[in-house]
Amino acid sequence: MSALLEARNLTKHFGGVLALDGLDLAVAPNEILGLIGPNGSGKTTFFNVVTGIYSADAGQVSFDGADVTNASGRAVYQAGISRTFQRSRLSLPLSIFDNIMIGNHKRLNQGLWFNLVRRGDFKREFEESYAAARALVEIFEPALADRLFEPVAGLPMIDRRRIEICRALIGEPKLLLLDEPSAGMTHEETAELMDDILLVRTHNKNLSIIIVEHEMGVIERITDRCAVLNFGRKIAEGPYRAVAADAQVQEAYLGVA
Amino acid sequence: MAQKTHASLWPGVIALAIATIYLIALLAAEQQRLILTLLVAGIAAVVVAAWLGLLESVSGSFADHEDGLGGCAIVAALAVAAFFHDNHFVLLLVNTVLLYSVATLGLNVQFGYAGVLNFAGASFFGIGAYTSAVLNAQTALPHLLVLLVGGLLAALVGSLLLLPVLRTRGHYAAVVTIAFALLFKTFLEVNDVLGGPQGMQVKGMKILGWSFNDNIEIGKISLSFYMNYFVVSLLLLVGAFVLVRRLERSWIGLNLDALRLDETAANCFGLDIARWKITAFLIGNFLIGIAGALFGMVGGFVAPNNYTFADSLILVSILLLGGIGNPWGLIVATIIVVVVPEKLQTIQEYRFLLYALLVIAVLLFRPEGLLPRPVRRYFPGWRP
Repeated sequence: MSALLEARNLTKHFGGVLALDGLDLAVAPNEILGLIGPNGSGKTTFFNVVTGIYSADAGQVSFDGADVTNASGRAVYQAGISRTFQRSRLSLPLSIFDNIMIGNHKRLNQGLWFNLVRRGDFKREFEESYAAARALVEIFEPALADRLFEPVAGLPMIDRRRIEICRALIGEPKLLLLDEPSAGMTHEETAELMDDILLVRTHNKNLSIIIVEHEMGVIERITDRCAVLNFGRKIAEGPYRAVAADAQVQEAYLGVA
Repeated sequence: MAQKTHASLWPGVIALAIATIYLIALLAAEQQRLILTLLVAGIAAVVVAAWLGLLESVSGSFADHEDGLGGCAIVAALAVAAFFHDNHFVLLLVNTVLLYSVATLGLNVQFGYAGVLNFAGASFFGIGAYTSAVLNAQTALPHLLVLLVGGLLAALVGSLLLLPVLRTRGHYAAVVTIAFALLFKTFLEVNDVLGGPQGMQVKGMKILGWSFNDNIEIGKISLSFYMNYFVVSLLLLVGAFVLVRRLERSWIGLNLDALRLDETAANCFGLDIARWKITAFLIGNFLIGIAGALFGMVGGFVAPNNYTFADSLILVSILLLGGIGNPWGLIVATIIVVVVPEKLQTIQEYRFLLYALLVIAVLLFRPEGLLPRPVRRYFPGWRP
């Protein structure tokens, strides 16, 4: 089976620091890959390079058969990769619905004439989008579905996280990049969120996920496979139990005894 | 907040009626003491109404019945004009309010939605005004087309600023527009073809042989010639308002908000940042330019001193005062900023002090403006 996303020899410097050091990483269609490693090991940098926020110094990334090395954020999104951010990046003054629709950008008609003049057609598209957003939010938190036109600013962390994931999912991406979804949440909230993500996956069989996470319980429960990074390099790869038992991994996390 | 019932139309209608009567009284008052009393009474009434929670029902009624209340607002404007039908001074003031409102609506698209701060608003207004001065004198172009050309020219000249505006962010882009405002005034002053520092006359508007600069006689009633301009200005404001409203309540308005609030996240969801910033900047300048072109004809005269950086600051202060992003708030703020200093002659020399104090007070006590922008509702009164 060929990989959905494949990075080869991916390298990124920040001054003298090697954030990614010849990283090879692949995720298969319909796979959940856990990306773990100590702080500063390059996990988020990997996401940022893939999604066009940083450009790579060397190496290639291919997605779904096409080369997306150093492609713009737009192009990557159009190709079918969506992400969430480690620190929530919702637009707080906007409503829940508005925030989710930002993720639906590629499927909405962006023409000036359509938006300003053909208001009847616009209304139809708006109502369809509303139904889609509502259905998605209902999977995560039915109580939120009646509050789609409230500003995000008043919501607790877990609801914001849910909306961020809805924003990433509404455009039906092929690959979802989750950057520490449990940050700032309790164990129970995290568990609930993971259940929701697995539930979404039952609706959309073709969704692959790469998840960066420090909660090993989460990683163990939902990932098919794990890759461990340290100093921008992959030091181990395989099912969570095998990886957790790896001597190099234990050394990276705990230091040498 | 999922209220299924619609708010009543009446609070909005009553509020509009009271505001209209108040405005007529204020415009008609001549004695300084009476004007001062009216102003204090007006502020007190708003504070008390807010304290009693009456303003909530007014805003609810505007949210659900905006189209109907928009119609009422047009009637209100007509009522004000009809009351002062032979009063040149007041009608000129009303025209100024209408056209400044159009210009601030343009600024609002740029700053309120796209986040591009334009400190050269008065310059683009001036480009429109000079366009009508030159075209009305030198060509036989129909005057409605001159308005259009004024808007297009403001957008075209504004596109000179696009590159620096797209390459810089926040304050840096603002500095670029300030530089433009200063250059523009100097350019007008040294350019003899455009009348130099003395400026030039603008021929009055004429549509299909109907000269706008003649008073209108209907039977025994005589209407000020400014009534002609009032009708066109009002139509322009209604058109601009509908355009800006629709823009806000569309995916484009959403795009602009998204890129203003978080460019990085917007880019990760496929927004073409440059495309939408350019769109907003050009639409904004187009509106400012059209308003300026008509204002040139209304005033009959253009000079570099009318389009300075200070005037641009007044436009921006209207935006801050009204509530960035709320078109209704902008109109209210324009009325306050244009009418109060004109009526309150004693304050005349201190008007900039007044603006400064007003803006500081707003930023301190009501940072989102007099009428803060509500959450986007794509269709007024729409319920899931």
